[in-house]
Amino acid sequence: MTPRLTTLVIVGLVALVGSAPLWATPYHITLMIPAMAYGIALLGLNLLFGYAGLLSFGHAMFVGIGAYTTAVFTSKLGIRSFELVLVASAVAAALFAIPIGLLTVRYVRIFFGMLTLAFGMLFHSFLFKFYHLTGGDSGMRVVRPTLLGQDTQELDKIAFLTGPFFLYVLALLVILGLVMLRIVHSPFGLHLKALRENARKAEYLGVTVRRFRLAAFVISAIYCSIGGVILAVPTGIADPELAYWTHSGNLIFMTLLGGFTNFFGPILGAFSFILLQDQLMSATQYWRFFLGVVLALIVILFPRGLMGILESLMARFSRGRS
Amino acid sequence: MNGPGEPTKRTEDGRLLRQSADSGTVMIETRGVSKHYGPFVALADITITLKAGEMVSIVGPNGAGKTTLVNVLTGLLRTTTGQVLFKGHDIAGIGPVRLARLGMARSFQLVHIFPELTVEETIAVAEIARAGKAGRLWASVRGDDAIHARVREVAAIFGLDTKLDRPARVLSQGDKKLLDIASAFALAPEVILLDEPTSGISTGDKHGIMKTLVEAARTANVKAIILVEHDMDLVAEYSDRIIALQEGRILADLPPTQFFADPAIVAAVVGMKPVRHA
Repeated sequence: MTPRLTTLVIVGLVALVGSAPLWATPYHITLMIPAMAYGIALLGLNLLFGYAGLLSFGHAMFVGIGAYTTAVFTSKLGIRSFELVLVASAVAAALFAIPIGLLTVRYVRIFFGMLTLAFGMLFHSFLFKFYHLTGGDSGMRVVRPTLLGQDTQELDKIAFLTGPFFLYVLALLVILGLVMLRIVHSPFGLHLKALRENARKAEYLGVTVRRFRLAAFVISAIYCSIGGVILAVPTGIADPELAYWTHSGNLIFMTLLGGFTNFFGPILGAFSFILLQDQLMSATQYWRFFLGVVLALIVILFPRGLMGILESLMARFSRGRS
Repeated sequence: MNGPGEPTKRTEDGRLLRQSADSGTVMIETRGVSKHYGPFVALADITITLKAGEMVSIVGPNGAGKTTLVNVLTGLLRTTTGQVLFKGHDIAGIGPVRLARLGMARSFQLVHIFPELTVEETIAVAEIARAGKAGRLWASVRGDDAIHARVREVAAIFGLDTKLDRPARVLSQGDKKLLDIASAFALAPEVILLDEPTSGISTGDKHGIMKTLVEAARTANVKAIILVEHDMDLVAEYSDRIIALQEGRILADLPPTQFFADPAIVAAVVGMKPVRHA
């Protein structure tokens, strides 16, 4: 697919999603909010996984940091500006990510994965056990934020979520997507790909491997925390389960489902996962079993995920036309 | 460039590399370097120099200490005793990134490439590092004309300019080797260390690759080259000086004519007959 056609398809898809309040049911619109939140989080996670080659099993921690920052700001401090919450969650995520990254990016493969898992478990334990600070297993309440200084208390919850909040989140996805697109095509992005492919060679070509891995780790944490901020608003609660290791597993599942070798794969994975989970949950109580089957099939049969399947179909179509 | 069958043309004073105003300046110097791994002595009392304008080969049988010496010279290993100086800086254990910034590059015995990156991207990785543009998150590689011009220039030297958009993994073994070396050249190093640049290459292509390397070094104004090589024909043709190692010690440090005139040394290097140290 040519760059111009890709741009047209993306613009068309954004327009289609943006017009959802005109044609989709409120249920499906509210379903798209977590999909977009995960889309943002996975754009970050895939900078670390798809571009830098580091698979984290602990990034749910940063989703949790985003959600709990929202709760602290809106319900404890009384600061309801969504923009301030986004900035604060990004700062909080970076403050956690820098020391954790300094320790973890010294390692690769399973050692990196296990270390990130360990830090994620530590953070979850903190949320779960320090009841007086975090609300323990009950979580922390999230109050509806103001958007661009506009208070929307006069709207009922569904009207708020399907109207201004939905469009705000879509705008965030587009902006953060463009920022990430710029990052992966920058000199920094090329160096990330080089160290993913061959770290030793990259070092001899002057690539500061650990520094770049750390930068990718911090950026991915910020994106995940922003995803966490968005996830907390519709549910009205910052739940410790958001930081649990199974949630990190879900993030990886979505990335693999969409395809980590393509920039847009994780976003497709987020939408597909939410839709699939919703359909399976309404169809059977054994939905986790079927999700497992899907994951196994994707990894075995389609390692490049749904985007890989689409790319193959497009290539076959192009060959057929020529 | 010379034809495939012709010997590489030397400069007027018989050297392989282009001579410049600073020819003869010491680029690399080791002073009494030794490297021990527990009781095993990998290198013992190595004192050598590499001057600007020289192409020096390091030879020796397997286990002679060539790889250890290369790793010491490229700042990867700390010495047990002694100093390694590059342009007067002590480089023992400084690591590859700082070494590249100081002006030394290396290629590897086994091909080291980025399989999924294209030829253009691979060379651009080095150019970005050389130009100090690596930290730019908001710049576009695609839109940087200076990077593209430099990449095309380096690729053309190595005959890779028609394969810029090919992923490195689909290249022939010879082209992979050239790309590995081209990316090192893209750092515009003053000294380059070539670790068996023709390993895995068919005998017929070896001289072609070596000629390309020497031409590239001349074009890129590389001041000195260290060549680690097993093929003694190549060593004879592409060296101003030969340093032979045996059991971690210097066996000989001679010009090719004197080196090959001593059958005992040659036999020791090709692994037939050990020469006893005095």
